[in-house]
Amino acid sequence: MSKQGRDAGRVELTGLSKRFGGFTAVRPTDLTIPEGSFFALLGASGCGKTTTLRMIAGLEAPSTGRVLIGGQDVTGLPPHKRPVNTVFQSYALFPHLSVADNVAFGLRRKGRKDVAQPVKEMLELVELGHLGGRKPAQLSGGQQQRVAVARALINHPQVLLLDEPLGALDLKLRRQMQLELKRIQTEVGITFVHVTHDQEEAMTMADTIAVMNGGVIEQLGSPTELYESPKTAFVANFLGQSNMLPAAVLGRQGDDLALDVHGVRMTLPASRAVPGSSGSSRIVMGIRPEKITLGKAEPDDAHRNMLRGIVSEASFIGVSTEYRVRIAEGSELVVFSQNRDDERPRVGDEVVLHWNPRHGFGLDAGQDLDAGTGEDAL
Amino acid sequence: MTTPAKTSDAADAAEAAGPKHAGADGRPEPSGPARALRAITGELRRMPYLLLLPGIAWLIFFFLVPLYFQAKMSVSSGTLDKGFDLTWTWSTFSAAFEDYDEHFLRSLYYAGAATILCLVLAYPLAYTIAFRAGRWRSLLLVLVVAPFFTSFLVRTLAWKTILSDNGTVVGFLNTLHITDVTATLGLTEGDRVLATPLAVVTGLTYNFLPFMILPLYASLERIDPRLHEAARDLYASPASTFRRVTLPLSMPGVVAGTLLTFIPASGDYINAQLLGTTRETMIGNVIQSEYLRVRDYPTAAAMSFVLMAVILVIVTVYIRRAGTEDLV
Ligand SMILES: Nc1ncnc2c1ncn2[C@@H]1O[C@H](COP(=O)(O)OP(=O)(O)OP(=O)(O)O)[C@@H](O)[C@H]1O
Ligand SMILES: [Mg+2]
Repeated sequence: MSKQGRDAGRVELTGLSKRFGGFTAVRPTDLTIPEGSFFALLGASGCGKTTTLRMIAGLEAPSTGRVLIGGQDVTGLPPHKRPVNTVFQSYALFPHLSVADNVAFGLRRKGRKDVAQPVKEMLELVELGHLGGRKPAQLSGGQQQRVAVARALINHPQVLLLDEPLGALDLKLRRQMQLELKRIQTEVGITFVHVTHDQEEAMTMADTIAVMNGGVIEQLGSPTELYESPKTAFVANFLGQSNMLPAAVLGRQGDDLALDVHGVRMTLPASRAVPGSSGSSRIVMGIRPEKITLGKAEPDDAHRNMLRGIVSEASFIGVSTEYRVRIAEGSELVVFSQNRDDERPRVGDEVVLHWNPRHGFGLDAGQDLDAGTGEDAL
Repeated sequence: MTTPAKTSDAADAAEAAGPKHAGADGRPEPSGPARALRAITGELRRMPYLLLLPGIAWLIFFFLVPLYFQAKMSVSSGTLDKGFDLTWTWSTFSAAFEDYDEHFLRSLYYAGAATILCLVLAYPLAYTIAFRAGRWRSLLLVLVVAPFFTSFLVRTLAWKTILSDNGTVVGFLNTLHITDVTATLGLTEGDRVLATPLAVVTGLTYNFLPFMILPLYASLERIDPRLHEAARDLYASPASTFRRVTLPLSMPGVVAGTLLTFIPASGDYINAQLLGTTRETMIGNVIQSEYLRVRDYPTAAAMSFVLMAVILVIVTVYIRRAGTEDLV
């Protein structure tokens, strides 16, 4: 769909920041969003996602830095001269115009006369072909959301910005719209920058995710990369669940780090530890709950990391059971275990936990290990 | 078409097939909490009618009853000394129209000019207060109504001084030869502004400006600023954003403001009396003098009715044309 060569939809931010009075909403950020990608900006409420998006759209002037779209510096351009369109958090449909006129708005402003056909096609694409004559107030939330997408997409922007477009929808509709948005993106092939605070939404839809926290991008990568190798406690907790084990670094054995966790020797591939952290004497080893095997006997493979503990809680979820296992005074691990075995551990049973060292990840010890968990993650 | 979209597709089709399926207001049925809320409000549903009672009583005693007597008077004949009898004399109407058609037209012309001037002055002001004033907003609104703290009469008299022949304003206009231009247009005469049509229209404009600003402000203030951003995002320049979004959405305010200005202005007589001469006499002046000086009550009543009818027709046509019922 791009009109100006292969990289027309590439977005580059260099040193972009925004201050409101004395408050810094977005710290200086460098970011490149490749052409044609489905890019998610993920973070808790108030971390600066909308502000970043508004600076790309030109609705907010950055305090420092530049915005480049398709290699062209657009920092000084007003919104109506930028090759981007936005789907607003609240949709912002024009209440005085019909659905069809809402969708035609951008084309008309660009001087297109024959808008009937493209409007019809666009409404078909979002499956609203029969509702063109209605006013926005006569539509359901999901239908309004699709009008907002159609109104932006019809202009074939080089980049489409979506600010929590699904936030107002119920869970079922949200899942359905996620698939639909993904389908549309594959169909039209333009760059989507999708802002959300729903980690599941980001993981299912995006091919690249940037996790934002307190005005900075903490980590950038594919959903798998972020999930398997988080670089901060915030990312580890915000995407899925993580067990965090403070550990002392005993030394290096080849490619591995030797650790002491609650008096037990463990290993972690040095490459899986955050650079810098492996040099210091303390580290935090993280392990995802589903990577841990829970058994009665010690594993045959002596290379696996192993801990002993007592089951303190077991909640049956259906496909799996969530166990809480106390491994030391005041220290519990969460384990997800598939319900494959007939005999499942019960509360009070003594169990053995073990996992492949390559599934662990090493984080800097000097950070809040609860960052991004439950409450503050919203 | 993907499978997950099917359900909503079917629902949409059902909705499209029969608009009657949608709620009375065309919206989907509200969910649980909304329904509970409606049950509570249902209890209160009769309340508004009770609250309307004083207003209705006021309307009956101070509008309908006087209107009835006025209607009776307009087709009566007689004099104040001998009393008036109901004689069904319709000729009073045609006579009033024939004698004072010029005054009718002049009233509409002055009121129309003042309304347009008010709109031109009030719109930027209301726009600024609604979107740009920030923390000055309340202060500016107070300033808009501040003139009401002094009497209408005093304020109009003040314009006599402002527009006096050897005052600064007229001197300034003379120096810039603006009075030459307005004189050519027949709005002023010689080097004077006072006692000319321009003075009367200026007075009307000044006196009714707040009635234009306030409804305009109210409708502009209701516009979601995000709609402006959406328009800008969809390639509309600031001018085009105004024309396509702000202006249409503020139409209810424009209509309300023009009516609140035009209707009282066309019946006004103070401005013409204080700032004009006999050549600027408006229909309000004629009615006033018929009532209070000539004491020909039937003619005065008939003219009041004609004025009311004319305004009613103009307003109806205007509202139809403006099509505000189409707006949300
Ligand atoms: N115009 C403004 N003036 C002052 N502070 C602002 C303004 N806009 C945003 N902020 C602040 O900047 C921070 C980031 O806001 P932003 O809207 O970007 O958050 P967000 O990540 O989009 O959050 P959410 O998920 O709740 O939409 C917030 O703390 C907010 O209070
Ligand atoms: Mg936001």
